[in-house]
Amino acid sequence: MISRRKWLSAPYTLWSVVFILIPLCMIFYYGLTDKTGAFTLENITAIATAEHAKALRLSILLSLISTLICFLLAYPLAMILANMKVSQHSFIILIFILPMWMNFLLRTLAWQTLLEKSGVINSILTFLHLPNINIINTPYAIILGMVYNFLPFMVLPLYNALSKIDENVINAARDLGADNIHTFFRIILPLSVPGIISGISMVFVPALTTFVISSLLGGSKILLIGNVIDQEFTQASNWHLGSGLSIVLMIFIILNMIASAVFDKEGEGSML
Amino acid sequence: MKRMNRSNKVLLGSVMLLAAVGMTGCGSSGSGGNGQVIVYNWGEYIDPETIEMFEEETGIEVVYDEFETNEIMYPKVESGAASYDVVCPSDYMISKMIEGDMLAEINFENIPNAKKNIGAQYFEQAKGFDPENKYSVPYCWGTVGILYNKTMVEEPITSWAQLWDEKYADNILMQDSVRDAFMVAEKLHGFSMNTTDPQELEIAKNSLIDQKPLVQAYVIDQVRDKMIGGEAAIGVIYSGEAIYTQRENPDLEYVIPEEGTNVWIDSWVILKDAPNKENAEKFIDFMCRGDVAVKNFEYITYSTPNDAARELIEDDDIRNSEIAFPDLSKYDNLETFVYLGEEGDALYNELWKEVKSN
Repeated sequence: MISRRKWLSAPYTLWSVVFILIPLCMIFYYGLTDKTGAFTLENITAIATAEHAKALRLSILLSLISTLICFLLAYPLAMILANMKVSQHSFIILIFILPMWMNFLLRTLAWQTLLEKSGVINSILTFLHLPNINIINTPYAIILGMVYNFLPFMVLPLYNALSKIDENVINAARDLGADNIHTFFRIILPLSVPGIISGISMVFVPALTTFVISSLLGGSKILLIGNVIDQEFTQASNWHLGSGLSIVLMIFIILNMIASAVFDKEGEGSML
Repeated sequence: MKRMNRSNKVLLGSVMLLAAVGMTGCGSSGSGGNGQVIVYNWGEYIDPETIEMFEEETGIEVVYDEFETNEIMYPKVESGAASYDVVCPSDYMISKMIEGDMLAEINFENIPNAKKNIGAQYFEQAKGFDPENKYSVPYCWGTVGILYNKTMVEEPITSWAQLWDEKYADNILMQDSVRDAFMVAEKLHGFSMNTTDPQELEIAKNSLIDQKPLVQAYVIDQVRDKMIGGEAAIGVIYSGEAIYTQRENPDLEYVIPEEGTNVWIDSWVILKDAPNKENAEKFIDFMCRGDVAVKNFEYITYSTPNDAARELIEDDDIRNSEIAFPDLSKYDNLETFVYLGEEGDALYNELWKEVKSN
């Protein structure tokens, strides 16, 4: 029985080794060596140089803002969904997931066309004699792109966590005299923490590492850490520095995973 | 960098798909029994019909693959991860590949059309990166200049300095690649665009930083669509795109700035460990044929160095176009990129990062 199970898991083990473990080892190899192949920490410490540190700071700032906006938008929605009947909420969830069937790049490109100076939104605003908005190629457009692209990743774990809260717990709180605000802050919010944590990491990590959104909606004028890494690989052919900086980013991802593991012991917030 | 209109993109995609299907269908023997040739070219840099013509005439199957920049192409070819026969890099990248001993000497006896049809002046110019004309056959060439929208500027654009004019704040599109962006600043100050002098580069870098608040966006391919759509007044663009954008929007005008610019050449080369060298020679020879080259020119609108093809261009305006075929002898400040060595490249990349993060 055991050997059979092992055999069944072989494809997955192979998959993880070939597509996760080996690439990870290669990143560590490149990140910790220089062009001659000698060991060095220079690629890691390079994060402290002015340009890299600035790019990292900006990435963290923009992804924190985006995560916060996603959270504030998603939480009420998730609460509404969790209180709905099955037939209704599955439709709304479908609406949320539907855009994800379209390629992420195309959707981001569409925002570019929408936001351009003579783009769709501004044409409509001009037609209505309203002032135009000029956020394309600014950090605001990047935040918009991040929120738009990653919002579903916040909604779904929150919804999952909220819908698992036992109705009786809330009723008990009410019976004991708690008002709505009390119930929310003492019961609902604490019970949804696993969902919040998993939602935050599902939004924060991709937002932190993105380079497509910033180059498409930021006009390549705003350099995020993802753009730096992208350029090291594709333009500067410096795989060592690119890998070194990727390792630094991994630290943030690991911190996130630790947070998830601490708060989400039962895996309640896991996405679907 | 080198792009053509969308409907053609679909066509090209289907050709590549067909090529792939053909390959799996016939195995290693090849469709016509004459083997295959594996070509690695810029995106949308060929008329797909010419590939079909070549396949029909020779029975050699073409496996076609595309890259977006020289820098993306290089590591793929160098690592040998994919084996190609024919590649079409730009000038400075060819000198880098020659230095790296990656290219095979071309036997011009097997490519009679090259010496017959390609203008001697282009071979002369190619000596900048291929000193003995041993490794490369020019395929396309052009200049880098300013494309501007006549309805959006107050005076004709003639100089790079106008890219620093505050009047045009948020109306300027710059190229999003290291060498092209630095070329503009270097020419502005009268430096060589191949300089590695740290002081000159510092000045160029500071100019680019000064310019950044005025720049609407750093773009590569999008410059074309944005200029056609009237998103910006001025954009730095490759001459080959200029003809196409003018067709779409007659308000656009292309100019070679008075401070001089970059004259580039993209050439066919055969890789040293190419599996199908003979077929590669046949392919290059076919592409040098006048009737084929003119087809490609009309499709991609990048200037052809092929004199026979130029004579076949039916439209007088295009044949004598100052954009497609500028009289280079009128300018004394044109240059071609050369490979700067690893240290030079690293220096440029470092400075470019400073510009971008500022």
